[in-house]
Amino acid sequence: MTELTPGFADPVLGAQSCFRAILEAMSRPGRLQRVAGIEQPPAPLGLAAAAALLTLADADTPVWTDAGAAAEAWLRFHAGCPLVAEPREASFLLATGRIPSLATLAQGSEEEPHRSATLIVEVKTLAETVGWKLTGPGIETEHRLQVAGLPADFPRQWAANRAGFPRGVDVVLTAGPWLAALPRTTRIEEA
Amino acid sequence: MSTMRSAEGGAPLGGEHRSRESHGPTATRSAEGGAAPGGEHRSRESHGPTAMRSAEGGAALGGEQRSRASDGPTTIEAGYNFGYLDENTKRMIRRALLKAVAIPGHQVPFGSREMPLPYGWGTGGIQVTASVIGPQDRLKVIDQGADDTTNAVSIRRFFAKVAGVATTEHTAEATIIQTRHRIPEVKLREGQILVYQVPMPEPLFRLEPRVSETKRMHALADYGLMHVKLYEDIARHGHIAISYNYPVMVGGRYLMSPSPIPAFDNPKMHRMPALQLFGAGREKRIYAVPPYTSVHSLDFEDHPFQPIRANAACALCGARDSYLDEVVTDDQGGRMFVCSDTDYCNTRQGSREAAE
Ligand SMILES: [Zn+2]
Repeated sequence: MTELTPGFADPVLGAQSCFRAILEAMSRPGRLQRVAGIEQPPAPLGLAAAAALLTLADADTPVWTDAGAAAEAWLRFHAGCPLVAEPREASFLLATGRIPSLATLAQGSEEEPHRSATLIVEVKTLAETVGWKLTGPGIETEHRLQVAGLPADFPRQWAANRAGFPRGVDVVLTAGPWLAALPRTTRIEEA
Repeated sequence: MSTMRSAEGGAPLGGEHRSRESHGPTATRSAEGGAAPGGEHRSRESHGPTAMRSAEGGAALGGEQRSRASDGPTTIEAGYNFGYLDENTKRMIRRALLKAVAIPGHQVPFGSREMPLPYGWGTGGIQVTASVIGPQDRLKVIDQGADDTTNAVSIRRFFAKVAGVATTEHTAEATIIQTRHRIPEVKLREGQILVYQVPMPEPLFRLEPRVSETKRMHALADYGLMHVKLYEDIARHGHIAISYNYPVMVGGRYLMSPSPIPAFDNPKMHRMPALQLFGAGREKRIYAVPPYTSVHSLDFEDHPFQPIRANAACALCGARDSYLDEVVTDDQGGRMFVCSDTDYCNTRQGSREAAE
C-alpha cells in the first residue's frame, strides 16, 4: 500500500480559503476561482476537487466517487467521510469519468430543497470568456463559461435540473487548481 | 448630558429603539427587539451629536482607548481556534451557506452553537462571519448604522481576538460587514459580503406560528396570508403599516424577512453587487441573497412600496438622502436628526471640512 499524501498544509486556513473560493464561485456562477493549499492531491483528483471535498465533507456527509482506491483512501483518512456505492445516497459526488445522471441524485424535497446533492466534476479545461452563456442570480448580465469534458447532453440534463427549482442538484466544475460553480438557478444557453 | 447618559445607560435593558419611534409605526420592530432575551441597549441613543458620541464611546468601555477607524491585523489570542468555532461546526455552517446561496431566500436549518454572547447580540451573524472570515479580510461591524455601540465594538474586538483580522469603520474598505438592523448608505460592491444578524428569520411567523405550516407555504410559494395582512393594513391605515422588517420576495420565488432593517433600506437589497448572508442563531436558520438577484418589497399596484425617511436633513452633515435617527440633545427635550450611518456621516463631515 502506498503512503497517503498530506491534506491541506494548514488545515484551518486552507479550508477557509478554499471555502471562500467555492462560496464566491457559487455566488457568481461561471467565474473561475483558483484554489491552493494541497501539495500533492491523489491522482486522478485535481487540486480544486480534492480541496473542495476536504473543505466540505466529513463524517456527516456520504460521498460517492469514481476516482479509485487511492483517492478513496485519501478521502477517508483526511475528510473522514463515509463512501457510498449508490450515487443517490451521496451528499457530495466527485466524478472524474462519466458523470452520474443528474436526475438520479438527491434533489431535496419541496420543503427541504437544501437536502440535495452537490456534484463535483473534474473536467479537462475551464475557460471563462467563451462558450456557454450563463444568466441567473449572481450574474449581472451574462457570464461565459467553456467546459471541455462534460457529456454532450449535459445542457439538456441541466435544463431539466433547473426546471425542478427549488429542488435540484448544484454542480462544481474543477480543472486542476481551478473551479467554477453552477447553482441550480443558473440558465445555460449554448453559444 | 453625561448625567442623562449614565441614567439611561443604566436603565433596564430592552428599552431600545427609543430614538426611532417617532419615525413611524414600530409594532413590528419593537416586538422583535423585545424577543431577544436580555434585549440590548444602544449606547448611541443618548449620546447626542457625533463628536460627543465618539468621545464618550471610549469612556463607556472601561476607559480603553477608542480604536482607530481602521486597525491592522492582530495576533490571535492563544487557546482559540481561528474564528472561534471548531472546524466541524464551520464545515456544517459552510455547507448550509452554499445551499442557501443556491436557493436564494430559502431558510436552511443549521446546528447553531453556543456563543460567548447572549442571543440578541447577533450569535447567528457571528457564526456566519466566523465561518466565512479569513486572515485577508477586513471586518466592519455596525449596530443600527453605528460602528461605536457596545454591541458593534464587542463583536469587532471578538474577531480581532479570535481571528486576528483587520477591522475598519469605513464601509468602502471592508470585505465583510456584519450588521444589525441597517444597510450602509454607500453602495456595496463585488468583493464584499454583508452578514445580517437576524432575530426571527420566518417572515410568516406572526401570521402562522406553526413551523410545519410555514414550511408548507414556502414549499408551495403560497403567500396569500401575507397579502391579506398587507391588504388589511391598507384598509385600516390607508397604507402598509410596516416600517421595519418589510417582507420581500427573493428571485420571484421565496418570501423572505430582510431582518429588522428600516423599509428605507429594502431597495438597496435589490440586485446588490455584494453577497448578502443572513444568520439567525436562536432560530437556527441561515439564508442568502446572491449578488444581482431581484429583491422586491411586497406591494400592490394601487399601493406601491414606498421607503420611508424622516423629511429632514442631517444636522451634522446635511445629508438629505440618508436614513436619519432622531437623537436627544439635552435634558430640555431638544432633539435633532442625524444620519444613522455614522461612517457615512463622518465621511461627509470630513469632506465638508476639507472643502472649507
Ligand atoms: Zn449626517
